[in-house]
Amino acid sequence: MNKMKLLAEWEYEPVKIQRGYAGRTLYVNVGDFSFKEKPVSEDMKEKFIGGRGFGLKLLWDAVKDTTKWNDPENELVISGGPLCGITQYPGSGKCYTVFISPLTEQTYDSNAGGHFGPLLKFSGWDALEIQGKADRDVIVFIDGDNNKVEIYESPFEDVNAFTVTEALHEYFAENEEDKRNISVVSTGKGAENSYWGCLNMSFYDLRRKAPRLKQAGRGGGGTVFRNKKLAAIVVRKRGIGPTSNNPADLSTLQKVGLKLHKEIRDLDDQQNKMRKVGTPHLNEIMNEYHLLPVHNYKFGQHPEADKIHSEVFGKLFTQGIPDGCWHGCSMACAKAVDGFELKTGPLKGKKVTVDGPEYETCAGLGSNIGIFDPEWIIEANFYADHYGIDTISSGTGFAFVCECYELGFLNKDITNGLELKFGSKDDLMELIHRIGRGDDEFARIVGLGVHRMKKIFAEKYGAPFEVMEKIGMEGQGIEVSEYVPKESVAQWGGYFLTLKGPQHDEAWLIFMDRINKQLPTFEDKAEALHYFPNFRLWFSLVGVCKLPWNDIEPADNVIKYKGIEAAKVPEHVQNYVDLFNAVTGKNITKEELIIQSEQVYNFQRVFQLRLGKGTRKDHYIPLRAIGPVFPDEWEARAEYYDNELKATGIDPEGLTTEEKIKKLQEYRLPQWEQLVDAVYKRRGWNKNGIPTIETLERLGIDYPEVVEVVKKHLKPEDEWEE
Amino acid sequence: MIKVNGEEMQWRPGLTVKDILEAKRYIFPMIGVWINDKPIPRDKFETTIVNDGDDVKVIHMICGG
Repeated sequence: MNKMKLLAEWEYEPVKIQRGYAGRTLYVNVGDFSFKEKPVSEDMKEKFIGGRGFGLKLLWDAVKDTTKWNDPENELVISGGPLCGITQYPGSGKCYTVFISPLTEQTYDSNAGGHFGPLLKFSGWDALEIQGKADRDVIVFIDGDNNKVEIYESPFEDVNAFTVTEALHEYFAENEEDKRNISVVSTGKGAENSYWGCLNMSFYDLRRKAPRLKQAGRGGGGTVFRNKKLAAIVVRKRGIGPTSNNPADLSTLQKVGLKLHKEIRDLDDQQNKMRKVGTPHLNEIMNEYHLLPVHNYKFGQHPEADKIHSEVFGKLFTQGIPDGCWHGCSMACAKAVDGFELKTGPLKGKKVTVDGPEYETCAGLGSNIGIFDPEWIIEANFYADHYGIDTISSGTGFAFVCECYELGFLNKDITNGLELKFGSKDDLMELIHRIGRGDDEFARIVGLGVHRMKKIFAEKYGAPFEVMEKIGMEGQGIEVSEYVPKESVAQWGGYFLTLKGPQHDEAWLIFMDRINKQLPTFEDKAEALHYFPNFRLWFSLVGVCKLPWNDIEPADNVIKYKGIEAAKVPEHVQNYVDLFNAVTGKNITKEELIIQSEQVYNFQRVFQLRLGKGTRKDHYIPLRAIGPVFPDEWEARAEYYDNELKATGIDPEGLTTEEKIKKLQEYRLPQWEQLVDAVYKRRGWNKNGIPTIETLERLGIDYPEVVEVVKKHLKPEDEWEE
Repeated sequence: MIKVNGEEMQWRPGLTVKDILEAKRYIFPMIGVWINDKPIPRDKFETTIVNDGDDVKVIHMICGG
């Protein structure tokens, strides 16, 4: 690669990390090439903690009420958090990207592993704020060794992820060993051509001699990235060690870390086998419990699902290599397929290392579109990452397209020759390539997501909007992730009563609700929809991965604890309290941990309100998420659904399947409204889903500008009756 | 008759925890079982006999995804 043209540079003073914080954030404007250092106040640490919290605070200060995703003042803020970068505890290399999403038109946050978050912090920055829009493709380089930030003109004609990442690891490293001191954020052409753009964050795998890519996949961060004409963001920092985060209490960190390493070593093989197969251990489990999405969530099970069982992927993944995506992660679930020869597309014939597939990809770009071919899924996974396309949104989006095609709403004239039925492997792969190339109108429409497809298909092709409203699996503008929610009332909330749409990073309550029967009342469900979203949000504030929380558990967890308490994995919760205190020198309790999250949870809710969203009308749910829509869905589990109807007091005898579906919907829709009420009450929100002034005051986030936003929307009729 | 997570299930002499899990097709590896509020260690699922009238709770330790 030739020497790149330097467009701007800025030098900064080095800083020593103190108890997990650099104490300042970095602002880069790629439009006017300006740079700034911003101090982190004690209040910011207290109320926003780090990671996603810092991202939201910085974004709040940067945008106007009217800012859209593609306005120059929209930002990409990347931040790890105070625990990010520790090497003693598994899963501590996460960082979070915050931005206004093209899909949801409100704030979004998406996390990734890889080395970017830790290297950014150890370069002296708690967060990186990118604002502005460049007039040509640029690369931002944070040189943590020489304390400077540089902006280069991108030399890449091909901005797709693997091309850019491989070349930049090579370009900025002095030798092979040095490549691991570098991390690259990239996306691809698919992010430009769709709203499904993901961000790839790299780490260099010395054993494989290849960069690995971890995705902040959801919400369209990659689309914002390309809209700013970013080809890459690179950070380099050498000499990272176990004390780089300068914790207050190193020995506690080591002690807590060792305990979990031992649990993983001793118990993972009997529990989820994360070290061998990673998250695809869920493939067969979800299928067995009727939760694996099949054919656009019509069904939860498929006879060919054994072809994508974890054992199959376990054989395809290279075994015996420690697959942690940050130093010290013994959970090592970042599995990869090596030497995979691509069969299609611009890199046909090339042998590549493919990161994943994860469970969500197996289901999204697999069962949900009627494909049970592991090699196809791996190829689709590779190209989605390469083009910068989220595998979850695209999986659910393609599933919607396939159903519309099979219902006759689309045809080959519309799709420009593609037969997009469920299981149409060649044509669905071609659709991925068309999004990557951006040369096909229909593919561009698909890439706008289900929410917009519904409208465009109706207006442009005459498809019936009311049917698409029922089957389009999206909420707040973003596609549902890969679990069938229709049989768990609590999970309706876990998906659709969320801050930013139906991902599953807030709550996954299906077993607790449906199988374990631990949440019999709406108040029980609301309590779970208060605790778990807040507990899980905390990971995003501090820079750690959720998986070591409950994808491994102490051997005596189910003996020492009972019921929902056991599901919280209390010893691991205590680990996080101890880790936070050991790093920061503070002394929080597990209850205060939840309050830290609540502060940010409610701040983000008000932020959505400020951007014109964030009220009850935005918490809508498609009919397919609450039950069968078409007779074949019912009839595939007729006995089960007949019993469901009986349990509501309706005798299914003598009813047609259509009548049964209608009656179940009539029963379940009011249940949804009851759930919304119960959850809003528990969260301290009014009937319209707006945090009350009392809630803001209780959490200490009653900043004048926050209160002002809320006051504008408070109405007496939305207050709860005593 | 026994109860499993509040639902009635046919009992037979010699019925074990493992038999219940198989009958219910509960294949998730991280399961906790309580019989009449007493926890059963996972390595005793195969040998623990369930008595007629027992109240069995089978808890899947997943709230993740």
